[in-house]
Amino acid sequence: MTQAHQHAFNRQSINTSIYLPMDVEILARIQFAFTVAFHYIYPPLSIGLGLLMVIFEGSYLLTRIKVYETLARFWTKIFALTFGIGVATGIVMEFEFGTNWATYSRYVGDVFGSALAAEGIFAFALESGFLGVLLFGWNRVRPAVHFIATVGVFLGSMFSAIWIVVANSWQQTPAGYHIVGEGMNARAEITDFWAMVFNPSSVERLLHVWTGAFLAGIFLVLSVHAYYLLRRRHIAVSQKAIRISVICALVFSLVQLFIGHLSADGVARNQPAKLAAFEGHFDSSAVADMYIMGWVDKEDQSVTGIKIPNGLSYLLHQDFETPVTGLNSFPEDERPTAINSVFQFYHLMVAIGMLLILISLFAAVQLWRNKLFNHRWLLWVLVWAVVLPQVANQLGWFAAEMGRQPWVVYGLLRTSDALSDAVTANQVLTSLILFTLVYALLLTLFVYLLTKKIKHGPDDTSELMDQRTHQQEFTKQLTH
Amino acid sequence: METFLGLDYPTLWFIVIGGLFSGYAVLDGFDLGAGFWHLFFKKEESRRVALNAVGPVWDGNEVWLVIGGGALFAGFPKVYASLFSAMYLPFMLFLIFLIFRAISIEFRSKEEMKWWRQFWDVSYSVASSMLAFLLGVVVGNVLNGFNMDANGQVYISLPGALNPFSVLVGFTTLALFAMHGGIFLSMKTEGRLFSKITRLIKGAMIAFIVLFAISTLYALLYLPHMSDRISQSPVLFLIPLAAFLSIANIPRLLSKRKFQWAFIFSSITTCLSMVIVAVELYPTILYAPANPDNSLTVYNAASSEKSLGIMLLMAAIGFPLVLFYTIFVYRTFWGKVKLDETSY
Ligand code: HDD
Ligand code: HEM
Ligand code: HEM
Repeated sequence: MTQAHQHAFNRQSINTSIYLPMDVEILARIQFAFTVAFHYIYPPLSIGLGLLMVIFEGSYLLTRIKVYETLARFWTKIFALTFGIGVATGIVMEFEFGTNWATYSRYVGDVFGSALAAEGIFAFALESGFLGVLLFGWNRVRPAVHFIATVGVFLGSMFSAIWIVVANSWQQTPAGYHIVGEGMNARAEITDFWAMVFNPSSVERLLHVWTGAFLAGIFLVLSVHAYYLLRRRHIAVSQKAIRISVICALVFSLVQLFIGHLSADGVARNQPAKLAAFEGHFDSSAVADMYIMGWVDKEDQSVTGIKIPNGLSYLLHQDFETPVTGLNSFPEDERPTAINSVFQFYHLMVAIGMLLILISLFAAVQLWRNKLFNHRWLLWVLVWAVVLPQVANQLGWFAAEMGRQPWVVYGLLRTSDALSDAVTANQVLTSLILFTLVYALLLTLFVYLLTKKIKHGPDDTSELMDQRTHQQEFTKQLTH
Repeated sequence: METFLGLDYPTLWFIVIGGLFSGYAVLDGFDLGAGFWHLFFKKEESRRVALNAVGPVWDGNEVWLVIGGGALFAGFPKVYASLFSAMYLPFMLFLIFLIFRAISIEFRSKEEMKWWRQFWDVSYSVASSMLAFLLGVVVGNVLNGFNMDANGQVYISLPGALNPFSVLVGFTTLALFAMHGGIFLSMKTEGRLFSKITRLIKGAMIAFIVLFAISTLYALLYLPHMSDRISQSPVLFLIPLAAFLSIANIPRLLSKRKFQWAFIFSSITTCLSMVIVAVELYPTILYAPANPDNSLTVYNAASSEKSLGIMLLMAAIGFPLVLFYTIFVYRTFWGKVKLDETSY
């Protein structure tokens, strides 16, 4: 793009003042990736726990069984923690668009600024408005009103995913815009709002992100309650929670496979260079294999690993013979650079998806046969499985975002042109160091307080009698 | 150009953003002000009451900043880009303090240890005060203007951002929020704590009046582009005058123990201060003193009419909703703070 080149030329004269070995672009990318990835530890937990809190509290309202209320109250406390850190780390990225990516902000503001503004008005205001009532309103409002607040917070967090994913999807697959101005002054202007919102990738990516978030929350609940069972504490509550969560886990892990496939189909259509990088497919136009695992050699343009021959062709075209566009059909400077990383991230995510299905299916079968609580090893698997959806969520974003390179807005604006010209490497480095320190503290506190809350456990003393009998039964089951 | 109620879209959107930032100043202003006083309360019980006064609402208040920022990004992307990249380090510090304010409220009550609580109390108070101060510094810099090049780019160092006028506006903002937050706390507290706060408010009020007067004078004397506007249309003098009257009303209301009215008047003062800033700027947003042609105005920095139209519609749908939740939450937690097992 001539406009891009001209801009790159402008930048050179400005960047000569930098005396650090690393340039602003790399630092700004590291900073964005780091802050957004850290943020993304918490929103999925909040969204997923929100779903279960709605189920628990809703069941309580319907049945008036105390266990459900205990669960709802306990998970609300943990939710407060994930939510709090989610809020604290979220504003950072909104500001970063302006501070680090000024040219990008000028370029996209007209189009998806409205999506970010909509997120504030329709989503954050809803969730944070009702949050106060959710956390502190237990004794102040009627149970039905409290339930409305819980649903409000949950819907708010779902909505915030809508708008942020719409904005990101527009970057991946721009639609509903036209370009005005030239060179440094070029920018996208909106022509069709709904075409922008329903751009070619937003629906499937939103569904994928939602489901990933549900899985993150569900597996946290499973993990904590499986741990209680292993420690023979809070037994009645935990068995109830596990029964519900295992069913949710099975449903959503299967749904995720289906949506993930839709997403891959979409990537093949809209961002063929990205898909080719996902599968390490170099030949311009040849039948493509699908790898279960492998290693990409970029020089040699080959992949070594376990594969399903012609599998990718089949998955995309339901036919083993149809060729798939490969990396070599794109100019050198329009291909993702970190091909092996993108390949690994993508494959690990898919592998984790399969593993989650396996675990949920096995647990569900055991549950159905009434044997789930007898297998200590299975409970241990559930305790540790909590990391799987977290890792898959991170890997998914890294694959999607690194696969988009070298474009920040696909096919329109290069990442290297999107920076703030006024900002120097030293400034970015300073703030990066600051964020690293602060986030290290945040993570430590999060883990410490989470552990503490889990150790404290749900307040189920009123069910003590009920629980004693459960406990005796349960101990019998486990030893038998 | 499309208009609505006789105003063109860029002007309308300027007003909407001004309204959002004023909402933020009124709402988060009292949280930050309450945070400023935190260390003045010595007893554990008092600190808990003060914290729980803002506990259920601070997050909702902060969202006004998120919406305001989003609205600026969407409506005037060039301003957003130039302002944020120019003031890089002040904004980064702002973010760090915002994080610390949030987690201090969240984490303080999670442990009994004395050092733990003391640490978060200090962090909460310092972060709140610094946020108020930095907000003022940003406003001061915007009033001062930025020497942007033709592409809207400029680099301002941290010492450059902390010029005398901006620091003055910073302290004025801090004093304003301290007064406003103090009045908020007086509505939410009882007994000894209550009488302590009502005493403290007076100091903040005097500080604010003095600083407000000095910074207004300074702007008139040393910022010609500001004083020009006012001398062109002296009617504009009515706004600072109204602000002064509204402040003068507060001690009277306080002595009559009409705290809710005092709070309303300190909110009005806060809004009027924002109106003054807006009127002094409009139609320019970022003024470039060295080369006024490079200034960013509501017209040359605005998004397309189409985009602004869409967002005005969104604001029209969204605003009543936001108002509804806000009223719902404030009604639920109306009256003096009562601590229970769900409190911080
Ligand atoms: C899948 C959903 C999702 C994704 C992809 C992101 N976020 Fe996020 N974000 C949330 C879902 C979320 C949330 C669940 O809605 C949070 C967590 C806690 C909260 O208040 O809302 C949140 C908080 C949150 C806040 C604080 C809101 C408040 O004060 O209440 C901001 C400003 C952002 N985010 C902005 C961003 C930006 C700029 C992102 C990407 C570049 C981003 N988020 C990715
Ligand atoms: C919250 C989940 C997200 C994660 C974990 C994530 C991850 C990443 C990663 C890893 C990078 C660095 C890519 C590289 O340098 O190769 C990146 C860059 C970026 N992402 Fe995302 N992303 C997320 C959401 C978003 C959203 C929702 C948006 C936009 C609204 C967005 C906009 C950007 C921008 C502007 C960059 C910098 C330019 C670039 O390197 O492409 N990201 N993100
Ligand atoms: C089961 C098999 C799975 C398949 C086939 C699959 C497929 C995909 C594809 C093709 C993308 C890239 C979309 C794009 O670049 O636009 C993606 C991204 C992503 N994946 Fe997966 N995925 C699977 C499992 C999972 C699981 C289990 C999780 C989390 C629990 C997850 C979380 C994500 C996230 C957060 C993203 C980034 C957002 C996005 O681009 O949609 N995925 N996935």
